[in-house]
Amino acid sequence: MNAGLVLSRIWKEIRRSRSITICGGILVFIAALAVLGPLISPHSYLTTDFDGRFIEPTLNNFHIFGTDDLGRDLFVRTLMGGQITLLVAVIASFVSLVIGVAYGAVAGYVGGHIDAIMMRAVDALYALPFIFLVILLMVVFERNFLLIFVAIGAINWLDMARIVRGQTISLKQREFVDAAKLIGVPAWRIIFRHITPNLLGVVIVYVTLTIPQAILVESFLSFLGLGVQEPQTSLGALVNGGVRQMEQAPWMLLIPAVLLAVVLLCFNFLGDGLRDVFDPRQEAK
Amino acid sequence: MSAGQRRTIRVAIILLACAFAAFIYLSATEPQGAAGTVLHRGNGPEPESLDPHKSRSIQAADVLRDIGEGLIGYSPDGELIAAAAEKWEISEDGRQYDFWLRPAARWSNGDTVLAEHFVFSFRRLVNPETAAFYAQALADIENAAEIIAGNKAIDGLAVEAPEKFHLRIRLRNATPYFLGLLTHPSAFPVHPASVGQYGDAFAKAGKLISNGAYKLDSWELGSVIHLSRNVYYWNNAGTAIDKVNHYVTPEPQVELNRYRAGELDITATVPPEAFAALRQGRPEELRVAAYLGVYYYGLNVTRAPFKDNPALRQALSMAIDREVLTEKIIGRGEQPAYSWVPPGVINYQAIRLPYADMTPAERHAGARRLYKESGYGENNPLEVEIRYNTSDTHQRIALAIQSMWRETLGFETTLINEEFQVLLANMRNREITQVFRSSWTGDYNDAHTFLQVLQGGNPSNMSGYVSEEYDSLMRRAAEQTDLSRRRLYLEEAERVLLADHPVIPIYFYVSKHLVKPRVRGWGDNVLDYHYSQHLSIAE
Amino acid sequence: MLRFALLRLLWAIPTLLLVIVLAFLMVHAAPGGPFDAERALPPEIEANIARAYHLDEALPQQFARYLGGVLRGDFGPSYRYRDYSVSELIGNAIPVSMKLGALAMALAVLVGISLGTLAALRQNSALDRLMMGLAMTGISIPVFVIAPLFILFFAVKLQWLPASWSGSTSAWRLLLPVVALALPQIAYIARLTRASMIEVLGSDFIRTARAQGLGTAAIIRYHAMKPAMLPVLSYMGPAIAAILTGSVVVEEIFGIPGVGQFFVRGALNRDYTLVLGIVIFYAALVILLNLIVDVLYGFLDPRIRHR
Repeated sequence: MNAGLVLSRIWKEIRRSRSITICGGILVFIAALAVLGPLISPHSYLTTDFDGRFIEPTLNNFHIFGTDDLGRDLFVRTLMGGQITLLVAVIASFVSLVIGVAYGAVAGYVGGHIDAIMMRAVDALYALPFIFLVILLMVVFERNFLLIFVAIGAINWLDMARIVRGQTISLKQREFVDAAKLIGVPAWRIIFRHITPNLLGVVIVYVTLTIPQAILVESFLSFLGLGVQEPQTSLGALVNGGVRQMEQAPWMLLIPAVLLAVVLLCFNFLGDGLRDVFDPRQEAK
Repeated sequence: MSAGQRRTIRVAIILLACAFAAFIYLSATEPQGAAGTVLHRGNGPEPESLDPHKSRSIQAADVLRDIGEGLIGYSPDGELIAAAAEKWEISEDGRQYDFWLRPAARWSNGDTVLAEHFVFSFRRLVNPETAAFYAQALADIENAAEIIAGNKAIDGLAVEAPEKFHLRIRLRNATPYFLGLLTHPSAFPVHPASVGQYGDAFAKAGKLISNGAYKLDSWELGSVIHLSRNVYYWNNAGTAIDKVNHYVTPEPQVELNRYRAGELDITATVPPEAFAALRQGRPEELRVAAYLGVYYYGLNVTRAPFKDNPALRQALSMAIDREVLTEKIIGRGEQPAYSWVPPGVINYQAIRLPYADMTPAERHAGARRLYKESGYGENNPLEVEIRYNTSDTHQRIALAIQSMWRETLGFETTLINEEFQVLLANMRNREITQVFRSSWTGDYNDAHTFLQVLQGGNPSNMSGYVSEEYDSLMRRAAEQTDLSRRRLYLEEAERVLLADHPVIPIYFYVSKHLVKPRVRGWGDNVLDYHYSQHLSIAE
Repeated sequence: MLRFALLRLLWAIPTLLLVIVLAFLMVHAAPGGPFDAERALPPEIEANIARAYHLDEALPQQFARYLGGVLRGDFGPSYRYRDYSVSELIGNAIPVSMKLGALAMALAVLVGISLGTLAALRQNSALDRLMMGLAMTGISIPVFVIAPLFILFFAVKLQWLPASWSGSTSAWRLLLPVVALALPQIAYIARLTRASMIEVLGSDFIRTARAQGLGTAAIIRYHAMKPAMLPVLSYMGPAIAAILTGSVVVEEIFGIPGVGQFFVRGALNRDYTLVLGIVIFYAALVILLNLIVDVLYGFLDPRIRHR
């Protein structure tokens, strides 16, 4: 089949699917706001104002999301948190994608004993109490910002590897792979030039579904006080701070919590919608 | 809806009901304890041990003060009172203490408390094999330091029992706060027979025999410690409450919810974010009192930029608006700290920093002048890091100080939030620390407990401050038996210390509790000791 | 099947060993030691303590000592709770955590499958939309927001239920934590069930059964339920992991003396032996549960029985 035709069919379906357009639109809007919002606000995310603490959301002085317990503007902080949360989630998912695709494609393509050993290793890693190791990692490496991505990515690549392996095994039997083999293309080239591009659909769907998981793990780490460093913040950290103030300053909880929920919802719906497009049989796995 | 669908729903409902029944069954009700007055106390994080020689936390000490008793104790108002000893004499030179125990004092199994039990316990505390955290609490006793270091046999300790109820202790130096040291749980007696029988496991529920007003019934790890009345206690008649539960409440916010839900009578603390509302809604339940503790920022004086630069250190201190911090950032009644030793210490008048009474504008001007004098300015701003351990309050204070320094002196501070054990390791190494958050709380009511921290060689001296003048003043104070002359030396030492600015005192702690109106007999004191045996419950 | 299970059990040995080595290196690499405190210890006392806990030995020696102990079933003394051994601490916490986890799982599975099936039967109706909307919301709100809200409403304001584990001795103390823990899992399972049920109900053999005049209830019970449960079953592994994670939060918020709370405290206090003991315990538990799931999967899906 012509690749252009496939793409245009997929694009048409994406445009037809309401959940994809709506959720994708909301996410793009939130991402744009998170990046641009802090630029248009007169406030900085770290300036404290001890005479302007706990201001309710107001148009006055452009504190449209109010201020926190240190008088910092919550509009800017929420958007900053949104930026970091999205960044953490996307990079973490990217890490899991790279490791998972490479590992799964190699195991699936090579097959035989190597495949068996590689997949047993994945089974073994499944048994690691990962969340506990992540806590230990954060303790050992003093919450290096980069490490959060790596740690979360390292949790998620296992599923990706399994799915990619399955797909690779079925792709391996297709004629274009045989053709490539016949003309003497080396195995690594077949894996990365011929197999992986054909995995795109599955991978996109799966990555969209790992992003919300990564967001939740980050907020879990924030709850334990092991998340990003102040004065930087994430939605999880803001929500956690808001829980403490929920009775005297409900907006401190409400606004970031709603934003977090919307982001998670949209990624979940987006993943569902993409799955419908790429895999019309609507398989859960 | 079809009949089939209805049946499906019915099946679902039955399954749910089964699940619920299983739920009830799996968590079958445990029997409620017998009647009697019960006090429910929030006790903060879990105590690590109820062995008086192996514990060191405030939380363990709070439980131990209920179940054990030293020679000396405290009244609800924080005055020293007779406890296991009914009277004592101190020799002229202040180096020999004679105690006469109460013949009526009993262990929780009915055994009489004897002077030889104290001899046994004090020896166990300093024995290197016990590996007690607080072994140094009795280091003022003759030969104790040598025994701790493993250079002398434990029977060399200068504690003896000339008679059944007569205990004699000889000290290395006259130590005016020695009676205060004896109130600490590390100086409580342990029951020799049960230590002999169970070894180090003697302090568990079911085995522990103690000599206080209460005895240990059970300890549900991570949850609650149950105590009940020790009927053999010499003052059992004066003990009002029958049972005391010390709950594990590591999270102040969670503890507050439990108090509001009626599960606790007393809380261990009050979270800062709830303070304003509580002051409005339950002012009579909020108990705030001065506490022997100082919250400070230490400066690592062994490295740049603070090494040999007292002017810079003073500039940083002067740029901090302590009143803003105490009123707006924490706001629980804490006092701004312009000295190292807190107010309320007996027989001492704390020295205040010279800029304590300036207006903020004068202070800021002075800070800017010193900052410039020490070679920094707009084109050459200071670069400095504040390290603090993960906690909401520490973070708010660090953020506030960061912006105060930015506004007054114009430099940017990096905040590094570390986990407590990491911060401690860094503070001890004194290699990467510059400014670090720490605190010091008094073990006894005497200026010495604060001032000794910054003596050269003290392991808790995280600033690395060494001053010949300060150390010699402290040594001379230690040699004094005359209390008023000793006091002069200590005050002079604090003056030297404050002028050098190895630490920036920020505020003095307060103890803060919520106490239900039905609890009577609560007394505020600087040590924050609240023995359950002094409390009662109004029905 | 038996061979498969045995093989998997055999694989557990190197896995566990890997876990032990990894965790051991990590706890010892963490800065700060178990006995550090603001009130620093004099060097003599520090030396006495290090000797008592063999912390003065070289790391390989400590590891050999530890591994030797583990093989004999001795997980060593806790460094923080100095009166207790790690086995005692974990032994006390396991029943509590298990009760919490098992109840939450049971609740999630029962309610999730019921709601999912119901939604599938009335696909695209208002009820379906409502339930799936709620499910999505359930997935999207973190436990640490739901749990404090529960406490605020049901314990503080209404005073119907205890705010904490030790606030009551009745079974009711479990209700809020179990529901808080189960909620996101209910949502996931309901969505999974709905999707796979819709697919199964649309397949040929169901149409055949329907043509033969079987009622909806019978079709679901005898034909659709088993194949529809496969995706749910394969979700059990991740669900167990999610419940373990969630229980750390829930135990913290409700003051439940379970394993998760001991782990977090242990990691923060550098209680080396306690942390190691819990990691080993959890690894063994996850291996076992995954094995059970795989075996069950083999029974439900004849296609993979001979893998």
